[in-house]
Amino acid sequence: MSKILLIAEHADGQLNAGVAKAMDCAQQIGGDVDVAILAESGQSVAEQAAKLAGVTRVLVVDNAANAHPMAATLAPQIVALAQQGGYSHVISTNSTQGKDLMPRVAALLGVPQVTDIMAVHGPNSFDRPIYAGNAIITVEAPAEPLICGTVRLASFQPVASDNSAPVEAASVDAEIPSHTRFQGVEIHKSDRPDLQSAPRVVSGGRALGSSENFEIIYKLADKIGAAVGASRAAVDSGYVPNDMQVGQTGKIIAPELYICAGISGAIQHLAGIKDARTIVAINKDEEAPIFEVADYGLVGDLFEVVPELAEKL
Amino acid sequence: MKALVSVKRVVDYNVRIQVKGDGSGVVTDGVKHSMNPFDEIAMEEAVRLREKGIVSEIVAVTIGGAKSEETLRTALAFGADRAIHVKTEEAVEPLTAARTLKAVFEKESPELFLMGKQAIDDDANQTGQMTAALLGLPQATFASKVEIADGKATVTREIDAGLETLEVDLPAVITTDLRLNEPRYLKLPDIMKAKKKPVDATSLDELGVEPAAAIKVTKTAPPPERSKGEMVKDVDELVEKLKSKGLV
Repeated sequence: MSKILLIAEHADGQLNAGVAKAMDCAQQIGGDVDVAILAESGQSVAEQAAKLAGVTRVLVVDNAANAHPMAATLAPQIVALAQQGGYSHVISTNSTQGKDLMPRVAALLGVPQVTDIMAVHGPNSFDRPIYAGNAIITVEAPAEPLICGTVRLASFQPVASDNSAPVEAASVDAEIPSHTRFQGVEIHKSDRPDLQSAPRVVSGGRALGSSENFEIIYKLADKIGAAVGASRAAVDSGYVPNDMQVGQTGKIIAPELYICAGISGAIQHLAGIKDARTIVAINKDEEAPIFEVADYGLVGDLFEVVPELAEKL
Repeated sequence: MKALVSVKRVVDYNVRIQVKGDGSGVVTDGVKHSMNPFDEIAMEEAVRLREKGIVSEIVAVTIGGAKSEETLRTALAFGADRAIHVKTEEAVEPLTAARTLKAVFEKESPELFLMGKQAIDDDANQTGQMTAALLGLPQATFASKVEIADGKATVTREIDAGLETLEVDLPAVITTDLRLNEPRYLKLPDIMKAKKKPVDATSLDELGVEPAAAIKVTKTAPPPERSKGEMVKDVDELVEKLKSKGLV
């Protein structure tokens, strides 16, 4: 039977919403699931994780070095946890933190890693996307000594919060390097819903032309309680910050409703929205590739259509 | 200081990917290939650091078949002084690539190891982190700004919540994100000059690299297709459709 170690992401004392989805993946693999919280002081985050359905135990590794999550400091501790506990799988979300951390863990354990698990066929068989999601491969990872992977959050549903798993302090014997030092973080705070978990998302592209013009996207989003995203072109042009980029190398999202305006639909952007339930595209070019994947397409000037839509919704 | 830059030959980012009918992979024969775009950003950064007088020598390395030499020539046209071609006709997974790059790093002893954050073919996003791990070096992934001074690099990283800044001791592995720079257009004289620059060939065997246990690909399939929807004539019709589906 599998024994899974799930590395939980958290910030400011809050468990990341993606952990509940990664638990869905863990449950599909099957077996015991221990959730690891590496923090400066992880008790309150651990209590949140303990509520997630399917969690066997929550392990808390408190260390001042874990105040800011850095791959170089976390990886040796996770390797020690994985080896002490005799785990068959070590997984995390495919967030930027998971992408940074897990390959370092896998390499230290001497095993390959399955990036972006999107479906589980068995304890060591998974689907994952390649070529910006334009092909899906089914893979079999070597089961011995263990399997490392990251979970594509857009492919899984959050588990219920009806559990009360035991929380245990864990001590690890790991040498933490001093060659990597945290200097600061600039968090783009927003009162809007989180892009990766919001049921509705409104995105804008290069056609908006400026950050001031992006205001019409925000207004539409606020009208329907949506998160706001953007194409790479809009981020590169400096209209919006990098954390709003949706696509192959940005955020992969799966909202119920995705409305995009002024986005032509490059394959790299489509990679990020393929799992959206309903896609609405507004573009002045009727030949734009976005219309080939949109459920509803409207050819028109976004500067007229978007405010009108905000008014009428 | 010496900078090592690893580059990969991939199917060009503009190519529409076709999955083979028998599910054995994607069509790569007769398809345009080019340098992985994130590796171009890594090359550009190395060249800019040399223009600032921080880097003195740039060595490019690739792992791949005979055609990968084209990618090395591109790296040389960007401004690499010389190149190393680790020849193999086998597909190389990230852990094996990392073992190979570790061996190259140990021969070259650079202060800086730059590469793209991911290759746009397998989208694995692993090789930089794995190479740093095997070498016991710091890693600064998804870099959007790199400053080097006093044996240290200060790197701004694109993370889900915004931007994070790390300070790492050199040598270090830095993987590049989109906003780090805009790679230059290569000029014909530089492309011509690149043809005369030295490329050393080697192999996994010569470097003493043991390939890692492989992840077996049992099937390759196209993604579930989204059917083309309908065009609406105006905002009123769109609002009506969204309301009738209970989406708003």
